[in-house]
Amino acid sequence: MLPEIGNFALVLALVLAIVQSSLPMIGAQLGNRQMMAVAEPAAFGQFLFVAIAFALLTHAFIVSDFSVLTVVANSHSAKPMLYKISGVWGNHEGSLVLWVLILTLFGAAVALFGRNLPASLRARVLSVQAMIAAGFLLFMLLTSNPFLRVIPPPPDGNGLNPLLQDPGLAFHPPFLYLGYVGFSMAFSFAVAALIEGRVDPAWARWVRPWTLAAWCFLTIGIAMGSWWAYYELGWGGWWFWDPVENASFMPWLLGTALLHSAIVVEKRDALKSWTLLLAILTFSLSLLGTFIVRSGVLTSVHAFATDPTRGVFILALLVVAIGGSLALFAIRAPALKGGGLFSPISREAALVLNNWLLATACATVLLGTLYPLFMDALSGGEDKVTVGPPFYNATFVPLMIPLLVAMSIGPLLAWKRGDLPGVLQRLKFAAILSALIGLATLYLSWGGPVLAAFGIALGAWLILGPVTDAVERTKLFRAPLSQSWARARGLPRASWGAMVAHAGMGVVVLGITGSTAWTEEKITVMRQGETVTVGGYDYRFEGAEQIAGPNYSAIRGHFRASREGRDIATLSPEARSYPTPPMETTEAAIHPRLSGDLFAVIGERQADGGWAARLYFRPFLSWIWAGCILMTLGGIVSLTDRRHRVGAPRRAAQKPGTQKPGARQTAPAA
Amino acid sequence: MRWRSFIPLALFAALAVALFVGLDLNPRIIPSALIGKPAPALDLPPLPGKEPGLVAARLRDGEPTLVNVWASWCGPCRIEHPQLMALAEDEIIRMIGINYKDRQANALRFLAQLGDPYEAVGVDATGRTSIDWGVYGVPETFILDGAGRILLKHVGPIREEDLEEKILPAIAAAKRGTEP
Repeated sequence: MLPEIGNFALVLALVLAIVQSSLPMIGAQLGNRQMMAVAEPAAFGQFLFVAIAFALLTHAFIVSDFSVLTVVANSHSAKPMLYKISGVWGNHEGSLVLWVLILTLFGAAVALFGRNLPASLRARVLSVQAMIAAGFLLFMLLTSNPFLRVIPPPPDGNGLNPLLQDPGLAFHPPFLYLGYVGFSMAFSFAVAALIEGRVDPAWARWVRPWTLAAWCFLTIGIAMGSWWAYYELGWGGWWFWDPVENASFMPWLLGTALLHSAIVVEKRDALKSWTLLLAILTFSLSLLGTFIVRSGVLTSVHAFATDPTRGVFILALLVVAIGGSLALFAIRAPALKGGGLFSPISREAALVLNNWLLATACATVLLGTLYPLFMDALSGGEDKVTVGPPFYNATFVPLMIPLLVAMSIGPLLAWKRGDLPGVLQRLKFAAILSALIGLATLYLSWGGPVLAAFGIALGAWLILGPVTDAVERTKLFRAPLSQSWARARGLPRASWGAMVAHAGMGVVVLGITGSTAWTEEKITVMRQGETVTVGGYDYRFEGAEQIAGPNYSAIRGHFRASREGRDIATLSPEARSYPTPPMETTEAAIHPRLSGDLFAVIGERQADGGWAARLYFRPFLSWIWAGCILMTLGGIVSLTDRRHRVGAPRRAAQKPGTQKPGARQTAPAA
Repeated sequence: MRWRSFIPLALFAALAVALFVGLDLNPRIIPSALIGKPAPALDLPPLPGKEPGLVAARLRDGEPTLVNVWASWCGPCRIEHPQLMALAEDEIIRMIGINYKDRQANALRFLAQLGDPYEAVGVDATGRTSIDWGVYGVPETFILDGAGRILLKHVGPIREEDLEEKILPAIAAAKRGTEP
């Protein structure tokens, strides 16, 4: 009975979505307030019904209702509760329900917080949001119904892929979807603005917090996925340029660009059509990611079980959503009036550079991801190629370097017309210190990769740039501490957020450089009591034992790691084998330290009684995650800025070009 | 100026066409460089109690052969096993197995539990022979004609539909080749 109610709730949500996507749009066109007013209750209702469906599906997983096909295919009665719940979105059907749940949640949020948006804009935004929801609900009900029954029900389920039975991955998809789907807000706002034919700073002020929130979620989501790959796959790597990883990374790159170009629209009323295009493309890439994961056009370790009819359906959705919005853009964008002019050396110009580099980087990732598909399609299935890290190292990395160098300079430039020599003068100290750090690295790691020293200097530069900025703007060391404190408090939260996020990127660069350049790895066979030294740490193998987990059995090895006789940690990696579905997984043991990660993997028992073991030392690796957390924190701090507060767009107070530009313009130039 | 705003739409249209064509292609089908070539060397010791092992010369004795690479630890091998058993029961083709990186006791238990379709099984404990055959995962299946040339390579488990669509036609071709 309950699954049928869930199914019915999805149908009701679809009906509401269809109503919400048509009536308010027509109402906005006719200026009919009653028709526009339909949008709000419909948005709440949609969210409510999808939430009911989601709750009922979760219930089916929790009580292991094996009369529901999705539960049979993806759950098992002996699975721990956490994974029964995460199993809800660990499969194609359930993850779609989560996708739509988040989509309707965002729609309801606009209905709730958007009361002071102009009525026609709000009606159109909600209407576009409902069109997306309608498309996905239709997709779900026609090709991927999560509530399909099995008669007679089997005694037990097939279980969830053991690789996915992991706390890191349990929460990875919800964050990723909050990010992906969060960009739908920017998309809906962009399409609504194109229909209205007007983009102004108030519009940008509305779009920014949504984009920023989505960006924060996506950052955390990607970091979680990468962290999972790092400790679960047991290869010591954390990023593989896999099509599905790229599918989440591309919206992040364009979303980052959008975040920055929306600032220009808000502050300077410029770059309007470009920002609209970015908003459309960012969400389009989220949709494309959905297509890649669920259609089977590309091979990936992450892909869901695929089905050709689903692929055709999603492609049709893609054509309608992306093709439709880009056609609208093509027709309406030329009519948008450009705004403030700026010189080639200015904050606007720096942000344009940021946008170009990010968009080009995103295009290279897109090309690398789809190239195998293009070759396959053009050759009629004859040419099979794969695109791997060498391609990205040769294309993506060189694009990132100028971006990272400029990241510390851009924020210090003034709007409209900047003073580059003046800014460089102010960054002199940061530049010299970074260079010294790079030289010191070169000296200390003599004989190692020279590029690594450059990477470390770049990371330092990225951290020191925002630090210089903060020191200057608070007049730290130049004014009494109390005055600096007062200035620090007076700075807009958005500025603090930007500084923290930029410095976070620096921490990531340090982590990437350190872990790539100086990783030490040993693959050996060890007997009990033997010691192997990796990266200056002595690993003593204390033996291995057979253990039984809740739904698996495992070999657990013990390595005692010490440095210069001092005990550091005991690492206990496992090699698990799951009966349903039959699969073996490695659980690496990782002891993160500030200087690097100790990483151990246990392999098979050898004929001579020893055990295969892989031991790594990966310098600075945890800095990557720390940097991602810092970037997200920066985003959150920025979100708390009064001017961003959702629901407080002071449209009436808005006079383009004269709004308060933040503390930046009043800061002294030298 | 105006036409420039159509560029994104045009690019997307091209992308959509490529994606549509791509939907019909299966990226998991990887053409083997060995198709049409003589099968690589195959000299492997037998599973205990299942003498003799595998000798390359037997692949060229005029009778077509199905070579299946499997392991007891491999889940998909269990999925394809009923199809292999069906082939063996109907005595359609000579079938031999390469037991890939397995423990012998587990391999024997696998065959005892699920049935043994193979005329002979060679033990490839190190995986060296399988590398020569271009195997990059288990299960994989090869159909050889009587002269020992590889006619078909099937990657992944043989599902029921694969049996009808790929395996049986290839076996028929292999037999035609030897009995013209």
